[in-house]
Amino acid sequence: MIALEILAIIILTPLVGGLLTGADRVISARMQGRKGPPVLQPFYDVFKLFQKESIEVNTMHRFYVYISIIFVIFTVIIVLLGGDVLLAVFALTLGSIFFVLGGYASNSPYSLIGSERELLQMMSYEPMLLLASLGLYYVNNSFYIKDIISGDTPAILFLPGIFAGFVFILTFKLRKSPVDLSMSHHGHQEIVKGITTEYSGKDLAIIEITHWYETVLVLAFVYIFFAVKDPVSHVWAVLACVVVYFLEILVDNGSARVKWQLALKSSWIVTGIVGAVNLVVISLFR
Amino acid sequence: MNFIKKSPWILHYDGSSCNGCDIEVLACLTPLYDVERFGVINTGNPKHADILLITGSVNEQNIPVVKQLYEQMAEPRVVVAVGICAATGGIFSECYNVVGGADKVLPVDVYVPGCAARPEAVIDGVMRALAILEEKQKTARCKKGTQEGAGV
Repeated sequence: MIALEILAIIILTPLVGGLLTGADRVISARMQGRKGPPVLQPFYDVFKLFQKESIEVNTMHRFYVYISIIFVIFTVIIVLLGGDVLLAVFALTLGSIFFVLGGYASNSPYSLIGSERELLQMMSYEPMLLLASLGLYYVNNSFYIKDIISGDTPAILFLPGIFAGFVFILTFKLRKSPVDLSMSHHGHQEIVKGITTEYSGKDLAIIEITHWYETVLVLAFVYIFFAVKDPVSHVWAVLACVVVYFLEILVDNGSARVKWQLALKSSWIVTGIVGAVNLVVISLFR
Repeated sequence: MNFIKKSPWILHYDGSSCNGCDIEVLACLTPLYDVERFGVINTGNPKHADILLITGSVNEQNIPVVKQLYEQMAEPRVVVAVGICAATGGIFSECYNVVGGADKVLPVDVYVPGCAARPEAVIDGVMRALAILEEKQKTARCKKGTQEGAGV
């Protein structure tokens, strides 16, 4: 039974992630007054990349991408099966680290800049991810998502600050402007394509699929904040995910890319203020 | 199913154009023409690109650049020469440094005429290039198949 569930997660997650990305591209185009590509465009892109030649810079370079997707899939399975939040955060970090190593392995200047920027982005969002898991533990006395989403009151009521901070760092994880420093979906010029510069064909397709998994993963985290025992709350949770994703698209289209200094500073300030204050406040009331 | 027709990623290189064609190429991305409807993405990276759009003639200085860009592209790939300069050298063909059209250096698949080529013509050229791209992919696969067969 659990094997079937895992198989379903592995297959269905990228489908949902790809559709979300496709919807994102259509909505972005409409915001810019364009018609935009079909909703299935991300799938066309990935299937095309699978049919193309993969240029090999060196063997390790490609290896890291595949290791990275394995860890991200592992994280998705943990989260969607209701596992440990803390383990999920650490496994996700490991996935990102392997992706960064892939960038370093290629030895191309653009990839190196991309890797360094990816590390800076990780420094920006990691503290908030950890604070969010700590906050969820504080509220429910359990790191297990299964327990958190079967409580009586949604976590958002206790953790509005942590949720706000989490939505802020989602922009990093979803690779949206203004903080899409290491690998942007817009512009497509070398420096903003960062780590992916030296990848082509199948490897680039794998990177794209990894991003689909990550998109679903971060939205699953949003879901955790809203879902409780009551089945109606799950509808609200899905709605919250949709609203958050739409807000991310809006911010993406409405802002220019910032320098890394500002990205790092702002995320730490937000983490420090809303995240830490929220934790202190709930610890006082317990 | 062949997906290459549905997601052509374009690399645009300006040889020694007067920038007229370049502006028309970029005009294709604007809301009025919106080539993203066809899945076209303007990449800045030869390793991600399927189609090389060359505007302007090739000169002595950029021969190695053009060749390198083409070599870095992953198979299958096509070259589209946009504008009359990329086809023959055009108004610049008599210049001391100009070698001629893009076909002096690369195997050009589609020529888009015009000075400057209109966005409609550029889009049409890209669509024609897609048919050639599909053809190239088919023959590449056949070759691969026969090689594997011979290997056995």
